[in-house]
Amino acid sequence: MVLELKRARPVWQIMFSTHHTDVGLMYLIFSILAMFIGGAMAIALRVELFAPGAQLIQDSMSYNRLFTAHGTTMIFLFLLPSAAAVGNYLVPIMVRYKDMAYPKLNAIAFWMIPPAAVLVWLGMADFGWYANPPYSVISSPAPAAEMWIFGLKVLGVSSILGSINFVVTILKCKHPDLSLGKVPLLAWSFLSSSIIVLAAMPTFAAALLMLLTDRLGTTGFFNPAMGGDPIAYQHLFWFTFHPEVYVLVIPAIGMMYEIIPRFSRRPIFSQGSGVAAFVILSLVAFASWAHHMYATGMTFTEKTVFMIGTLAAVPASAMHVFNFLATMWNGRIKFATPMMWAVGGIALFFAAGAGGVVNSAMPLDFITHDSYWVVGHFHLFVFGTIAFGTIGFFYYIFPYVTGRMYNEKWGVVHFILAFVGACITFFTQHILGLFGMPRRIYDYPEIDSWVSMNALISVGAMIILVGMCIFLVNLIYSAAKGKPANLHDPFGLGGKYYYPYEQRNPHH
Amino acid sequence: MAHSNWAEWIYVAVVIALLVYVGAEAWNIENLIEHVPEDAEVIKVTAQQWFWSFEHEDGTKEVGELHLKKDHAYKFEIESKDVNHNFNIHEYVVLLDAVPGQINTVWFSPNEAGEFDIQCREYCGLIHYNMRATLIVEDT
Repeated sequence: MVLELKRARPVWQIMFSTHHTDVGLMYLIFSILAMFIGGAMAIALRVELFAPGAQLIQDSMSYNRLFTAHGTTMIFLFLLPSAAAVGNYLVPIMVRYKDMAYPKLNAIAFWMIPPAAVLVWLGMADFGWYANPPYSVISSPAPAAEMWIFGLKVLGVSSILGSINFVVTILKCKHPDLSLGKVPLLAWSFLSSSIIVLAAMPTFAAALLMLLTDRLGTTGFFNPAMGGDPIAYQHLFWFTFHPEVYVLVIPAIGMMYEIIPRFSRRPIFSQGSGVAAFVILSLVAFASWAHHMYATGMTFTEKTVFMIGTLAAVPASAMHVFNFLATMWNGRIKFATPMMWAVGGIALFFAAGAGGVVNSAMPLDFITHDSYWVVGHFHLFVFGTIAFGTIGFFYYIFPYVTGRMYNEKWGVVHFILAFVGACITFFTQHILGLFGMPRRIYDYPEIDSWVSMNALISVGAMIILVGMCIFLVNLIYSAAKGKPANLHDPFGLGGKYYYPYEQRNPHH
Repeated sequence: MAHSNWAEWIYVAVVIALLVYVGAEAWNIENLIEHVPEDAEVIKVTAQQWFWSFEHEDGTKEVGELHLKKDHAYKFEIESKDVNHNFNIHEYVVLLDAVPGQINTVWFSPNEAGEFDIQCREYCGLIHYNMRATLIVEDT
């Protein structure tokens, strides 16, 4: 359970363990590692864009490879594993079971990720994380693209296995006395997101195979010269990856549902409304995929249908925000580090959602499409909401994982730097998009507004970098030498608020 | 849990009302925008890695520059010879993908003389960042 640094276990014992907290620990360490690797790539991209002309990266091909690796790393190697880490630690405890339903499958699902990561990083494909054909068919000579395709294939299987495990654990292994409606919202969030993965992921798996055979020249699914349709790939891709956005954001919201009531010292305003919003979100997740494709020449009717499908996701998200605010209302709130991250995440979630309404309205999308607006918009989601919720939760389970306390002061400094940096970086990116700067460009002409805003965005990214470095030092130092935590009440909330303090599943 | 939920219902109703307004307004405006005037002159736009070429109705061809007249309506027929591109004149909110194997159409009517940037907004490879052309709108 606890890392037990005083009675350290040999590393191989953790690596070959199938116990849910050991697998969770490996997910946790891997995702933080991937976050820093992907973050280093982001910093390289921002240094390059600080001013027009070549700064750090000397050619556009390297830049294109870097943004491809950055996107793939952050989504598949940081965000997905970080959610799996939290789920592994807490879901079995929340449903009162001794472990995940299939412990060996759990360990296998984790161990598929590092080889896949190596394939993606060493492959250095340059077609973006979405790999749109025909470009992805003709670019990145073998084995670059093939390594990326196989890496993604393995990651997809890993995420399907992990999802099966969560669904079975929650539905079949929960304690008979615990009704499904009373299962904590964090576990509910894993149930919803896992079901979305199971429904959505096979489509992308098929698309990847079709892309592979297209590259081998044996088929022409996406090749117009052979009767194929490049737009078909985009439909298959977004049918998986628009729901994937919800796969990432729903566990982050679940983590906020864990943090906010405890640090407000009040029960959650409405468990029922939270469950309902999760269920609605996982259904409407499948009704909006083609809003990524307004500009591919869709008909008016198609655009209307997907605009309505997209807008339908907003009320459920708004219900979550209401639930958070109503829980904090009149609460005796303690603004410790995890609470700050959760509340900051809600604020940025609201901003990101409002930007999403703009994107989904058909005429406005033709202003923002494929511009830096979109970059700012989805970074507000993936960093401002999902990573904020997740990092807050990392602080929250830190005493549980290590038995020690992180440094509260530096945790707060980390939050302030990340929040200020995120606002500077991502809100400025929205405005830069309105000034017409396209995404995924290595260099840009010397237009005054573009030059000044790009410099500002890079400064914001540096502020986030400083915060993240503080985070890393705080984690390592506190895990080794931090004050021993009072495991019954590490945050001084008055006893009964720290969830996992008593439940311990023995090692096996 | 015993508590009243009326505040949440009102809040959700307000959110839905706002969304219905946004959706209806977007529907109206998009309907207006997509109505191409009868007298629009057709310009064939061809995208390829990494430049733009244009063909006027009278057969005049241009590469990297497009000369149009102020206050005339133009309809672009956009296609691509290799990979996906995106034809974009940001100042006039003209934006549509160039996809191999299909012709996409969008129209506009420039109401100001001068030079404007044409750029590619869909990632298309090595020189995507510099796949640019110039729109020159001439006074009539």
